[in-house]
Amino acid sequence: MNLLWEWLADPNNWSGPEGVWARLIEHLSYSLVTLVIAAVVGIPLGLWIGHTGKGRLTVVNLVNGMRSVPTLGLLFVAVLVVGPLLAGDVAFLGPAIFVLVILAIPPILAGAYAGVEGVDPGVRDAARGMGMGELQVLTKVEIPVALPLIFSGLRSAALQVVATATIAASVSVGGLGRFLIDGQAYRDYGEMAAGALLVALLAVCVDLVFAAVQRLVVSPGLAAPNDSPRLRAAPQPVPATT
Amino acid sequence: MNWFLGHLDEVGSLMATHAVLASAPLLAGLLLAIPLGWLARRYRLLRTPLIVGTGLLYTIPSLALFILMPLVLGTGILDPLNVVVALTVYTVALLVRTVSDGLASVPDDVLQAASAMGIGRVSRFFKVELPLAVPVISAGLRVAAVSNVSIVSVAALLGIAQLGSLFTDGFARNYLDPIVVGILACIALALVFDLLIVTLTKAATPWLRVGSPA
Repeated sequence: MNLLWEWLADPNNWSGPEGVWARLIEHLSYSLVTLVIAAVVGIPLGLWIGHTGKGRLTVVNLVNGMRSVPTLGLLFVAVLVVGPLLAGDVAFLGPAIFVLVILAIPPILAGAYAGVEGVDPGVRDAARGMGMGELQVLTKVEIPVALPLIFSGLRSAALQVVATATIAASVSVGGLGRFLIDGQAYRDYGEMAAGALLVALLAVCVDLVFAAVQRLVVSPGLAAPNDSPRLRAAPQPVPATT
Repeated sequence: MNWFLGHLDEVGSLMATHAVLASAPLLAGLLLAIPLGWLARRYRLLRTPLIVGTGLLYTIPSLALFILMPLVLGTGILDPLNVVVALTVYTVALLVRTVSDGLASVPDDVLQAASAMGIGRVSRFFKVELPLAVPVISAGLRVAAVSNVSIVSVAALLGIAQLGSLFTDGFARNYLDPIVVGILACIALALVFDLLIVTLTKAATPWLRVGSPA
């Protein structure tokens, strides 16, 4: 325990290009880039699947199947296979981001799909009856109603990405995971434990930020989706931790 | 393929360790989650703190939790107990909600009928509520089982031997074969766990096979 506080109390560990702040910014930028790419792919695809009902089985199988693929193995395979095709730092960072995106897409896809799928058919019919076109039904009715589950998908994905970005330090990329991996290499438990504590705090903060944003964005009529029997009946995306 | 045939024994023993490290937390987690889930269901006031609290633990990345475990348990960093306890925490976090939802899915008239037949509170829980909640609990258990198998492999980064060691060894030697074998072995193990839970669930819920709604 003392080693941990000593490490955290040393100002040298916080400043500079290998300090906590720099690593935190790296960690956040990897996570943000990944999440944006995964959302750009996953949300439209999930909305489309939810709206048309096409490819539902594929989504369910994809989400369940991906959960059984060990992240660490996937990461190493990507670096060994894709890495040699790239030069410099990108040789590690490229494959790492690629794997992060691959892991982030299923929860986002599942959230968007389940959200739209869970919209009451009566509500959808009412919207059509009012003369809305398909696109209007999607943007004015389905997406707002699906928002809680879209957000919970994004939240699961964000946590998954923050966790996996930590492990990615084992393939020589930056981020807070460096402290865990380097501390292990130097047999410095203080550094490892401090890094682990920081990563845990970061994950909890990310979760809380998403929870807060979700509250702000979601229509008050849809608040507390978990207590609504209709939304509960829809398959809930399950949080994925790595 | 040749690499796999030459290292059958090694892969087998790593797989056995992996199976123990992934399944022990599953059992421990289930045993802990049943009373906690019952509390969350029975006392509304406890529901939010229990589910939010365990949910926060679930957000902690596995590698970080493995490393922090020695501070709580007083174990060494290489102790497999760290992995077992950390995964138990995740399993409980996932199952408390599931158990509580499962118990909530038992229709009220069934409970009243059981009470009217003179079944006491305790035996009603074990003979009526818990068995009827099995399908929901089992769905949560399957998710926990599959993700446990994947998470155990991360412990290889700390030098705790299991199938994940094939990843770290292969990566250190720039050699793809052990990594691919390790991934396939992990997926196979997850499938076995999944099938086992499905089979046990079917055996435990004979009324679902008859076709009458529970």
